[in-house]
Amino acid sequence: MSRDTALVSADWAEKNLGTPGIVFVEVDEDTTAYDGGHIPGAIKLDWKTDLQDPVRRDFVNQEQFSKLLSERGIGNDDTVILYGGNNNWFAAYAYWYFKLYGHEQVKLIDGGRKKWELDARPYSKDAVQRPATQYQAKAPDLSIRAFRDEVVEAIGVKNLVDVRSPDEFAGRLLAPAHLPQEQSQRGGHIPTAISVPWSKAANEDGTFKSDEDLAKVYGDAGLDGSKDTIAYCRIGERSSHTWFVLKELLGQENVKNYDGSWTEYGSLIGVPIALGDEPGKA
Amino acid sequence: MTTPSNIADGCAAPDQSAPLPAGVDLQKETVITGIVKNAEGEAVGGAYVRLLDATGEFTAEVVTSPEGVFRFFAAPGSWTLRALSRHGNGDLTVDANRGVNEVGLSVVAA
Repeated sequence: MSRDTALVSADWAEKNLGTPGIVFVEVDEDTTAYDGGHIPGAIKLDWKTDLQDPVRRDFVNQEQFSKLLSERGIGNDDTVILYGGNNNWFAAYAYWYFKLYGHEQVKLIDGGRKKWELDARPYSKDAVQRPATQYQAKAPDLSIRAFRDEVVEAIGVKNLVDVRSPDEFAGRLLAPAHLPQEQSQRGGHIPTAISVPWSKAANEDGTFKSDEDLAKVYGDAGLDGSKDTIAYCRIGERSSHTWFVLKELLGQENVKNYDGSWTEYGSLIGVPIALGDEPGKA
Repeated sequence: MTTPSNIADGCAAPDQSAPLPAGVDLQKETVITGIVKNAEGEAVGGAYVRLLDATGEFTAEVVTSPEGVFRFFAAPGSWTLRALSRHGNGDLTVDANRGVNEVGLSVVAA
C-alpha cells in the first residue's frame, strides 16, 4: 500500500462526485454533522449504531457487515471513499473494517471533513438513497486485528504504539480532554509502549504529513522497523488512524490495531501497567 | 457512574451547544469553554478549536456549535487554544483552574 492507493485529496474527491462506481461515505460518531450538510452524494455510517454490535461488546461481524453494506447500496466492486470528522478518526476506523472484511478498493479523503470545511467546499443536505446490493464480506483478516492476550505477550517483544495524548499515556487523564474525565478506568499505559500521539501524524488541517516526515516521527520515537507493531488508544479509533499511517502510507508489514485498547486493557485483572511519561520495563 | 446523555461512548465531540451535562462534577472537572468570533464580533459555527498543552502538544479538538460555542474538559494549568475556520485562524493562552473557565477566541483572515 502507499499514499497513491490509500488516499485521495479533497480536490480529487470534489472532481469525482457522482462518478459511477465510486461511493462516498461519511463516518462519524455524531452523525448530526452529516445531517447538517455532507459531501454531495455521500451516504453515512454511524460508528456506534451501524458499526458496533448492539449487544456484545464487539464490532459487527461478517454477516452484519454484509447486511449493512447491502442495505446502504455498496457493492463489492465499488470504490469506497471514506471521510469524517475528528481528523478522520472514525473514517480510518471504518477503513480498517473494510480492509478487515476484504473490500478491495477503499480510500480515505486526506484531511476528511475538516479539510473540506477549511477549503470552503460545498455541502448538500439532500437525502441520499442508493439501490440495495448483495454485498458479501470476506472472512475477517485477523492479521490486522490484535486481541488482549497477544498484546500482553507483546510487552517487551513487539512495537507497542500508544497513540493517545501524553496526559492519557502518563495516567494523568483517563479520556481525551473534550470528554468528561469520569469514565473510570485504571490510568497509565502498557509497559514498553512508546508514546506517539496520533496527532503527530497529521497537519493541523487534518491532512497526513509527508511520508518522509512520518517516517521520522516514528523513527525518532523508537519504532523498530524489524519488529511487528500493535497500535492502541482508548477505544481503537485513534489507533486506526496510526495503523493507517504505518500500514497503508508507510507500507510496514505486520501492523495490527488493538481495538479493545485502553478501555479493555485498563480494566483487565492482573496485567502490568506503567505510569508516567516513560515506556517502562517489561 | 452515569454517562451524560448528550455524550456518546466514543472519542468524538459532545454536543457543543448543550449546557453542561448533569453528571459533571465541577469540584473535579476543569472546563474550558467559550465562543469563537470573527473580526466583526460574529459567532463562528463550524470552526475547529484545538487544545494544546503547555508544551504545545495537541490534546483535543472540537467543532464549534452554530452559536460558536466550544468546550473542553481539561486539567488545571496552562493551555493554548487554537481555532481554525474558513474565516481565518486565532490563538489564545489560558491558565485554567478547576470549575468553569470562560474565554473568548477571535479568528481573523490570514
